[in-house]
Amino acid sequence: MYKVKVYVTLKESVLDPQGSAVKNSLHSLSYHEVEDVRIGKYMELTVKDTENLDQRIKEICEKLLANTVIEDYTYEIEEGVAQ
Amino acid sequence: MKFAVIVFPGSNCDVDMYHAIKDELGEEAVYVRYDEQNLANYDAILLPGGFSYGDYLRSGAIARFAPIMAEVVKAAEAGKPILGVCNGFQILLEAGLLPGAMKRNKNLKFMCRPVTLRVQNNETMFTSAYEKEEEITIPIAHGEGNYYCDEVTLATLKQENRIAFTYADNPNGSVEDIAGIVNEKGNVLGMMPHPERAVDELLGSADGLNLFKSILRNWRESHVTHA
Repeated sequence: MYKVKVYVTLKESVLDPQGSAVKNSLHSLSYHEVEDVRIGKYMELTVKDTENLDQRIKEICEKLLANTVIEDYTYEIEEGVAQ
Repeated sequence: MKFAVIVFPGSNCDVDMYHAIKDELGEEAVYVRYDEQNLANYDAILLPGGFSYGDYLRSGAIARFAPIMAEVVKAAEAGKPILGVCNGFQILLEAGLLPGAMKRNKNLKFMCRPVTLRVQNNETMFTSAYEKEEEITIPIAHGEGNYYCDEVTLATLKQENRIAFTYADNPNGSVEDIAGIVNEKGNVLGMMPHPERAVDELLGSADGLNLFKSILRNWRESHVTHA
């Protein structure tokens, strides 16, 4: 078994309305060192042993988990999840 | 003319759409479930608003893989009129039948109120009953209607005159005030405002009715043989 951690964020070129609202809120709390906030999604997939795991995960991300018109994704694959 | 109103789990404007066709336009409307697999008997396909699959993951992201969507794609390829309103528009974007994507509204609020739209292109099968630049009042009701596309796509949309409607006063941050676009062939329209909620003065506006009348008129012109 593998645990796959998927991170989906808006592309750099796409304005993030939620991120700007949170950044403004941090500034009003006087955390002026925060220059930018990007909000994204974190997903955990538990995946059975399979061939071409990396390729399959890419497919899953592009087909469903991320909308590549506006979002980027990254993932990490961890081996040996306890049953 | 026979209209299919697609019903996904979580659609909630399907009844409004049905009413607009049956009672206001006076044509035949049939509810078609998301898990059905045949749209051959329909002349036009309507994807209503709502929160299909709870808007989980992204609006429209899961609905686009519903069994009926393969048929919607087929109908689009066959040139049948396909109208997606609100969540229906989001589904068409996710399905790749229209370019671009939706983001959260710029002000992060769910907005539900009448807005003024400008008819940018009155030469589509959905807008021919309007005047060019005509201003019409149609309600919006969405939290994710902030239309986004990259610059290349935007240039193409403009060049091919595919922006059907714009907002007179942009409520959500959409690029170029875009409220509705058509595909390359002109037979798929996606729009965030709800024409089906503006089909009778009793509802506050009847300005949406001409959209459905346009579909009907164009269909008749291409299907009815003249004696």
